[in-house]
Amino acid sequence: MSLGTAAREADPAPAATPGGAGVTPAPPAVRRISLLTRFKRDKSMLIMTLPAVLLLVVFAYIPMAGNIIAWQRFSPYTGFLHSPWVGWDNFARVFSNPDFINAVQNTLTITVFQLVFYFPVPIVLALLLNSVLSPRLKTSIQAIVYLPHFFSWVLVITIFQQMFGGAGLISQVLRAAGREPLAIMTDPSTFLLLITSQSIWKDAGWGIIIFLAALSTVDPAQYEAAAVDGAGRWRRMWHITLPAMRPVVILLLILRLGDSLSVGFEQLYLQRDAIGAATTEVIDTYVYFQGVQYGDWGFAAAAGLMKGVVSLALVLGANKLAHVFGEAGVYKRS
Amino acid sequence: MTTTSEVVRPLDAASDVPPVKRPRKSKHRASWEEPATPVGLFFKGVALTIVAGAVLIPLYSIILTSISSKTTISEAGGMVFVPGEITFEAYSQLISGGVVGRAALVSVGITVVGTLISTIVSAMAAYGLSRPNTLWHRPILFIFLITMFFGAGLIPTYLWISNLGLINSYWALILPGAVSAFNVLIMRNFFMGIDAGITEAARIDGASDYRILGQIVMPISRAVTAVIALFYGVGYWNAFFNAVLYIRDTEKWPLQMVLRSYVLQGQPIPGSAGTSVDAATGDIASLAVKMAVMVLALIPVVIVYPFVQRNFTKGVIFGAIKG
Repeated sequence: MSLGTAAREADPAPAATPGGAGVTPAPPAVRRISLLTRFKRDKSMLIMTLPAVLLLVVFAYIPMAGNIIAWQRFSPYTGFLHSPWVGWDNFARVFSNPDFINAVQNTLTITVFQLVFYFPVPIVLALLLNSVLSPRLKTSIQAIVYLPHFFSWVLVITIFQQMFGGAGLISQVLRAAGREPLAIMTDPSTFLLLITSQSIWKDAGWGIIIFLAALSTVDPAQYEAAAVDGAGRWRRMWHITLPAMRPVVILLLILRLGDSLSVGFEQLYLQRDAIGAATTEVIDTYVYFQGVQYGDWGFAAAAGLMKGVVSLALVLGANKLAHVFGEAGVYKRS
Repeated sequence: MTTTSEVVRPLDAASDVPPVKRPRKSKHRASWEEPATPVGLFFKGVALTIVAGAVLIPLYSIILTSISSKTTISEAGGMVFVPGEITFEAYSQLISGGVVGRAALVSVGITVVGTLISTIVSAMAAYGLSRPNTLWHRPILFIFLITMFFGAGLIPTYLWISNLGLINSYWALILPGAVSAFNVLIMRNFFMGIDAGITEAARIDGASDYRILGQIVMPISRAVTAVIALFYGVGYWNAFFNAVLYIRDTEKWPLQMVLRSYVLQGQPIPGSAGTSVDAATGDIASLAVKMAVMVLALIPVVIVYPFVQRNFTKGVIFGAIKG
């Protein structure tokens, strides 16, 4: 025990070099302390991570290994280990399936549409809020717009239904005025607009908070110096505010890119009946219905696995790209 | 336009220099900043009103409808916007038992148990990973990191959980998402920022790591813990699709499932008045009850939110971003 304490004291204090985990000048120290000593020293630390690691192994890693059924004609009765192997058959079926292709197309359409019409909204709103001078007004509005982020999708869609549905508040007003009630909650042609406005209503506040946090790190002296040098408010925004937001914008773009194959599963699942399967089918809902509903397990797992692999490649690729352009990205190279 | 400050100013100081006519200034406006333009203020005001109204108006109408009497609802033709007769009948009907009350209890139970498990397990893991020179630090960290970038997928997870016999078990709603690597990393980041001298001193005094975590680190990290607990709690409260997958027994449904089938899909609520509900026209008798179910679903979020919002400092967010 005393040896362990001494060794720890001999180690450079970890807090003195934050983020320097990759460059610990540890080798001589490690050689001096045996594995057993280190284990004894750090036993309690290891025990503390154990419950979380166990949960991840059981509920994340074993299912990951369960993806082997993508190469099987899986049946729940024969199980993971005894179902017949079919090679790449399931993958071939996925690729030649027009419904899957349709689901991929829908997914990408929604992603691109939301990237154009949803992604800039929190940025603009954050700039707007940032220009509000009264701290009290600013925090109240922030608190209000952030609230729906904590609502469930069921609640959000029910709220939309009560406002914009055929029997909702706005339809009531229209009907009272002798007009036709709204049909946007069930109309496939305005569906992209509908789900994007739902996403904005629910999550734009979350984005605002992140961007405002980024803006709060800007030294006010920069604005003052720029103003003294004759820069107007728009030029200050262009040259100070926007550059301060850039790393966060890039970070969120990367995360969005990695997520581009998963669009609002619950949101679409919940509105499938109202709007129709053809328009709302995305990769995730397709996988769910093929597997859990129709029992084509191997096929559904193959489709899901491909999505997972492509998403992983997308996020790693985007991160690489960010590094190439000299940005921090999601994680640092170490 | 004379402002009060000019009146107070001694007369002799202003005698040779004519008083500068200044536009009204906000006390928060820095001296070097241009004065606000009326057009700018107008558009800003309109935009902020729209933004706040978009969130508040639907909530207002839903809450108002839930406490309106049947006559007020039928006069309004559905959702109520102008307050009329107020009654809490819908709530007393929900509280008196039945499907909704039970579902609310299920949701509360899952949220409380789940949040406790998740927060404790995550805090321990975060502390266990907070000293980079400990044994197997990097491999263990990697176990967490990988789950952030690659998910197992719906089908194998579903099959595995049914294999474990968790269908119709509340544990299926808690354990699969009990640990979020992201939340662990946020906490770890915060713990690593704590002055090592404090924990080191405790260790020299003979405190075990468990005690250091419980009596030193956790009290210091109350803000980040509150935020993480909120994240987990909201996740459990809002969980919907896990229940679709794993809870077949309608008696075990959490509130979100009830909300979906009785309010969104307009199926009749068993044991409530006005059992035949037409989704298109909206049965007026039960509309207040439906809105009360919605209010029930959003109450916990709205109550807990202000307490945690205070802690939502940029430190926590930046911990998240850097992690």
